[in-house]
Amino acid sequence: MVKYVLRRFLWMFLVLFVISIVTFTLMHAVPGGPFDREKPLPAANLKQLNEKYHLDDPILKQYADYVGSIVIPKVTSGKQVKSLDHDYLFNIKLPFGEGNPTFRWINFGPSFKSTSRTVNDIFRENLPISFQLGLAALAVAMAVGIPLGVFSALKHNTTYDYLGMGVAILGVSVPVIITAPLLQYFFSVELKWVPVSGWGTTAQAILPAVALGFAQSAILARLTRASLLQVLGEDYIRTARAKGMPERVVISVHALKNGMIPVITILGPLFAALVTGTFVVETIFGIPGMGRFFVTSVTGRDYPVIMGTILLYAMFLVLANLLVDVAYAWLDPRIRFN
Amino acid sequence: MAAINKTSSPIGGVTQLSTVPKGQGLWADAIRRLFRNKAAVVGLIILLLNVIMAIFAPIIAPKSYTDQTLTQNNSAPLWITQIFPSMIPKGDVGGYVTINNDYTLGTDNLGRDLLSRIIYGSRISLEVAIVGPLVSIALGLLIGMIAGYGGGRIDNFLMRIVDIMYAFPTFLLIILLMAFFRTSFGGKHEPGSLTYVMGQIDAAMGGMFFIFLGIGLTSWMQMARLVRGQVLSQREREYVEAARALGDTTPSIMLRHILPNILGPLIVAETLTIPTYISYEAFLSFIGLGVNPPTPSWGSMISEGSRVISTYPYQALFPALALFLVMFAFNFLGDGLRDALDPRMRGQG
Repeated sequence: MVKYVLRRFLWMFLVLFVISIVTFTLMHAVPGGPFDREKPLPAANLKQLNEKYHLDDPILKQYADYVGSIVIPKVTSGKQVKSLDHDYLFNIKLPFGEGNPTFRWINFGPSFKSTSRTVNDIFRENLPISFQLGLAALAVAMAVGIPLGVFSALKHNTTYDYLGMGVAILGVSVPVIITAPLLQYFFSVELKWVPVSGWGTTAQAILPAVALGFAQSAILARLTRASLLQVLGEDYIRTARAKGMPERVVISVHALKNGMIPVITILGPLFAALVTGTFVVETIFGIPGMGRFFVTSVTGRDYPVIMGTILLYAMFLVLANLLVDVAYAWLDPRIRFN
Repeated sequence: MAAINKTSSPIGGVTQLSTVPKGQGLWADAIRRLFRNKAAVVGLIILLLNVIMAIFAPIIAPKSYTDQTLTQNNSAPLWITQIFPSMIPKGDVGGYVTINNDYTLGTDNLGRDLLSRIIYGSRISLEVAIVGPLVSIALGLLIGMIAGYGGGRIDNFLMRIVDIMYAFPTFLLIILLMAFFRTSFGGKHEPGSLTYVMGQIDAAMGGMFFIFLGIGLTSWMQMARLVRGQVLSQREREYVEAARALGDTTPSIMLRHILPNILGPLIVAETLTIPTYISYEAFLSFIGLGVNPPTPSWGSMISEGSRVISTYPYQALFPALALFLVMFAFNFLGDGLRDALDPRMRGQG
């Protein structure tokens, strides 16, 4: 098990390495640079900017420097430059050694567009917002999807079942770019229950979370239903019923426990999908999360931000999948790693 | 020979063959089952209407989709204002809409007929719904078949590429790809060069070519995995062995023997993925990397409409309704196809 997880971790680094090469090549292949303007900058200024950000270096050196600044940790001591805290993701004060040494690791570089901020600053400020939104959406998805699925499975092949699954198909069919404006119109403009947009209060989080979570709740509902139906046909359920157990106990203790295994394991990738998929919702509801950097970094050729976001989200996706496999083995003892 | 067999007399204990019920092919059987599924038939009808709407758009559309009547911008007919009364101007409070019954569904902020734009917009989603799966099947089949049939190192290598592609955040990758295509091939290039040709093809298709490429390149992995799994299970079957014993070549075995046998699951998987392709196009149009204006796409119309949702809700609502109906129809059809082609899966998820 430990060996398996270790191997998967090594694999993750290989994946991130390949992704970094592909992204780096692709983004430098796009014509234009970060300092192109409608009215071009004077050549001297452009030269200085390129020098400052090392954009005049050979492309291979740029890549090697970039990877180096991420992978290689650094210990600084003596008089600490404050900006270093912004450059690096991890800044840990070491309790030993001379002159307050600090261990620093993972430097994603500066942002070319928001000149006063580093990529890590952007992550620190904006990622938690996307994260909170993703968590809220996941809560909505679970609160709607799992009960709907259980209900449909228990009322299998009745009108309720068809109705429940109809709602589920509805959820799968409607992309966020439809649900978000609709919710906004009915609940904010017409009924005036919650604010139209913005971020910071609980009321403002409700609509985006529902818009984002609704489609995923449909996926959860279908999965729960299918899994529970399969479990309900198992022998041990018949045994439990045969020995006179109340139906409530059969369902809640015996059936749900095993029926939830596939559902629990999908929550990881689901959360990853929710966090990486917040872009449209953030745009429509004016939420200052990571979403807007998806597009502005690409159109503005903000190379470090493009690289940082892709790498971070890729790592997130790979970790979520790893978590699923481990969770599977933990929940279902029949699965063994070799 | 055949004639003799058909009019068979009892030979050695075999009773008359004519009493054996006529066997039904897999496909005939599947189609019969599909038409018994009400939801799937409803989906099919909606899609047929959509196809008719797209093909005959110039005849059906009451007005041109590009003509701007700027004096009549943001206007709506009476019946819409009755549904959304907050749009009607009432002195200082209330809305800003111009009531104009000439346009069935009103006009947008440039005074273009909304209904005509929705009718023409059906072409875009339909193109995506047809070409998206084709690109994904072509790439997925090629890679999945090579991996499944080749086995060993080739299989391992190709599947690791699939794993890596899966780790890419799709939205980010597709934005990056679109930016790459648009700026690399979109500008002025020497006539005759590849970049020039690519740019010309895309311009001729109203910006659709790069959308197809972008969608295709980011969504073939699932298909490749499915094909590989199917090929792996079929490879060991007797009929493949028989074909090989008869001296059939590998490409011929793959295309003429294995492919027809794995087609069912592929079609089901692709039909269920079509809504995803349509929503990708809508998403790309939403962020301004989609079709070139003034070509209408439901995604770009929803995007424009959602900016003025509080003052002119109908501008986002009607294209959203159209997009929703088509996605709904594809989901119903996909579910129906799955039940029809694989009866064991019935009622599962």
